Amino acid sequence: MTESSSAPLFTGSEWSFELVETVDSEIAKIAEEFGLDTYPNQIEVISSEQMLDAYASVGMPLMYNHWTFGKHFLSNQNSYQRGQMGLAYEIVINSNPCISYLMEENSMTMQTLVIAHACYGHNSFFKGNYLFKAWTDADSIIDYLLFAKNYISKCEEKYGIDAVEEVLDAAHALQSQGVNRYKRPVPLSADEEKHRQKDREEYIQRTLNDLWTTIPLKFRKEEKVEERFPKDPEENILYFIEKHAPLLETWQRELIRIVRKMAQYFYPQKQTKVMNEGWATFWHYTLMNELHERGKITDGTMLEFLQSHTNVVFQPEFDDPRYSGINPYTLGFNIFTDIKRICLDPTDEDKRWFPEFAGNENWVEVLDYAMRNFKDESFILQYLSPKVMRNMRFFTINTKEENPYLEVGAIHNDEGFRQLRQNLAAQYNLGNLEPNIQVYSVDTKGDRSMTLRHYRHNRCPLDDASTSEILGHIQNLWGFDVKLESVDGENIIATYPPPTKGGDNKAA
Amino acid sequence: MSSIIIDRRRNSKGKSTVNRERFMRRYRQQIRKAVNDAVNNRSITDTDSGEEISISRKSLSEPFFHHGEGGDRDQTHPGNKEFVTGDRFPKPKGGGKGSGSGSGDASDGGEGVDDFVFQINRDEFLEYLFDDLALPNMVRKELKESNEFAFRRGGYTSAGAPDRLNVIRSLRGAHARRIALSGKDRKEIRALKRELREMEVSPDDTDHSRAEEIKLRIKELNEKIKRLPFIDDFDLKFNNLIKVPLPSSSAVMFCVMDVSGSMTRDIKDMAKRFFFLLYMFLQRNYKKVEIVFIRHHAEAKECDEHDFFYARETGGTVVSSALTLTDEIIKERYKPNEYNIYVAQASDGDNWEADSPKCSKVISENLMPFLSYYAYVEITDRHHQNLWHEYKKLEKEHPEYFAMAHIKGPADIFPVFRELFEKKEAAV
Repeated sequence: MTESSSAPLFTGSEWSFELVETVDSEIAKIAEEFGLDTYPNQIEVISSEQMLDAYASVGMPLMYNHWTFGKHFLSNQNSYQRGQMGLAYEIVINSNPCISYLMEENSMTMQTLVIAHACYGHNSFFKGNYLFKAWTDADSIIDYLLFAKNYISKCEEKYGIDAVEEVLDAAHALQSQGVNRYKRPVPLSADEEKHRQKDREEYIQRTLNDLWTTIPLKFRKEEKVEERFPKDPEENILYFIEKHAPLLETWQRELIRIVRKMAQYFYPQKQTKVMNEGWATFWHYTLMNELHERGKITDGTMLEFLQSHTNVVFQPEFDDPRYSGINPYTLGFNIFTDIKRICLDPTDEDKRWFPEFAGNENWVEVLDYAMRNFKDESFILQYLSPKVMRNMRFFTINTKEENPYLEVGAIHNDEGFRQLRQNLAAQYNLGNLEPNIQVYSVDTKGDRSMTLRHYRHNRCPLDDASTSEILGHIQNLWGFDVKLESVDGENIIATYPPPTKGGDNKAA
Repeated sequence: MSSIIIDRRRNSKGKSTVNRERFMRRYRQQIRKAVNDAVNNRSITDTDSGEEISISRKSLSEPFFHHGEGGDRDQTHPGNKEFVTGDRFPKPKGGGKGSGSGSGDASDGGEGVDDFVFQINRDEFLEYLFDDLALPNMVRKELKESNEFAFRRGGYTSAGAPDRLNVIRSLRGAHARRIALSGKDRKEIRALKRELREMEVSPDDTDHSRAEEIKLRIKELNEKIKRLPFIDDFDLKFNNLIKVPLPSSSAVMFCVMDVSGSMTRDIKDMAKRFFFLLYMFLQRNYKKVEIVFIRHHAEAKECDEHDFFYARETGGTVVSSALTLTDEIIKERYKPNEYNIYVAQASDGDNWEADSPKCSKVISENLMPFLSYYAYVEITDRHHQNLWHEYKKLEKEHPEYFAMAHIKGPADIFPVFRELFEKKEAAV
């Protein structure tokens, strides 16, 4: 390192554009030494009002117009003005160049922190992680947004705001059903395996028993196999509607497509919250410490930084009134930090758990591999170490439908670690969190009604009120009756709209 | 690969304005209801502040598929203190599954959800307040020296602002000028050139000195032509705009208020609130409506806005005095073929017995033929008296042009006001 330039880059708390520039280039230098591969940065300084605007449009620099963004704006503005809510220090956008917003109210220390966190942490994650690579196109997102905004406003001029709003409302309701998830075969339960076994037996019987073949065709009780449409259930409901809804106009299909594309763009972010925030937090921590070690920032700055860092990774315990789930910053930061520790200073336990990389001096490489090739679920399953579980004192509460009690499952002891890790990973599996709803069939010959199926996971039912409301939206798009069956295995547990009240669906 | 740093603070911060408007547009009904509720709780003079609007969150919800109660769940939490595997607790009762359900159910349980609260400013408040109200039977009266003009294109002028410069006209003018000014010279050049050519045909008898002379002359003339400016100040032509008066609908509103002794403080206050609403409505929605204030007890008096709302003199009751005064003012100042004339009268209905028929007569004979609308509000919590019954007959005779309503308490003021001035497009 260059000893000559060991004077701190800044001492006061006021920031200026020159300072931001020097700090940025200094951090860029260190980041490069650590091998962080980033998109070029575009750092934009904005005011708090603009931050509120950015909040309302899901952080994007431009967005089509819709009342829901107005609603979020009003609600944020209200809580901000009453002091119930602080604003984030930064927003960063997965685009090329990577746009980060800095608030003008931040002190110079905060700007430094934000640059390290967003412009080098998040940025390198966006560029490196396989999900982002596969799902999003950072080069074209801004152009696409511009296209979407213009297209939608043109539609509004042509067909009226109400008509456009109706389609968008409906499409928004189906946003999480607008992506193709990675289809993963669900591990078979013993029960299901038995079913399959029976099917197989029957099949073998039928093919083997020669008697069957001698019975004249018309006596054979053969079920009329109706050709189903779609052949296989389609999980991307928005896609299905866009392609197959009989009555939609071209522009309406395009609107659905826009919402679908946006959902797809945000899909990786939903799946990598822990990793993404953990990665950014780990690197801002590492970069800030490096700056301090090289004498680029003062002790005072370091203290101010540590204070906000501590706030960021604060994890209230489950019985704390502030507790609202696991803080992704904390979990991610702890895992990444622990990977580094395992690399540099492994214990016997680590060697047993992580033989592949325990003691591998090149921790940067190990971290880089972890960042690139996982999403939250698999990342936790792969890298959550007993030490982190112990430190955060994780425990699982099992709730069973039929039991009148809650039971403590795995806890942070030797017997529990593996189970606990699995539980925690499952908790970040979007497939478990979001109901699995698919287009099951369409009555193409008859009344063109569409049947959706909800495949229950762990016997979790759908929320009644919202489900009926969404069916109304789907009906609007589809143009004919829409029915939803909630199934567990082969049994239909519930149908929407409820069959007793036939007239209900018209009201929707 | 260096970073770009941009100062965006100067950029507009109104990015959400459109979306905010969309939101207001979508929830117009709810906001209007909230505004209507609010107006009854406000003091009459409080028109400068906005209002806090709250809408039930339920009607704002944007649904998405999510899990409801029940099913098997395994939730992992941090911060274990004394639990060991196998510990059991009774299930918590009721809706919320406790914090940290992690299933993303923002509205889990649906209990204790706050209303959605936000601010609207004064203009928006008034807009919602007077939404869908209009002066009835308004027609376009004849053109008078109205102050409404439209600018139309009309011809060209030689002076004007640079942004209205008409390029084609200007260049055409310049071209014409150049032709006109150089005509004589070019004619001479042509003649000289012809002579020169003839000389060239028969070079033998050419007078060389003459040829040189001609060449010099041509050069001289060409230079002269070249000196003509390509475009000159007086070539410039500008699009001319002329003022065209627009037909406008002028209107006058007579506010007639009873301030007699029988009007108690409360009743007067309600009457004032009624007129204040009317006043605000007219000021906001009609830029050119004139308002005439008349207060009366035993005798009527025209007064200004301040006296109308704040003066205190009082006396007996002769309603017809006010009506006669109205009639006189109309005759004097407001020609019915130029004005839409409106009268709004508020009283407690307590009139000198013999006067009511006279009122009726004045209204139906002198006033009604010229009026666009007559609105009467009676503010009393007692039985109706003769004035009301007398007016009832008028209402029958002049449907759509005569309306009356009854205000019992402060809560009725705004609904009655709305009823009287509701836009009646459906009836047309």
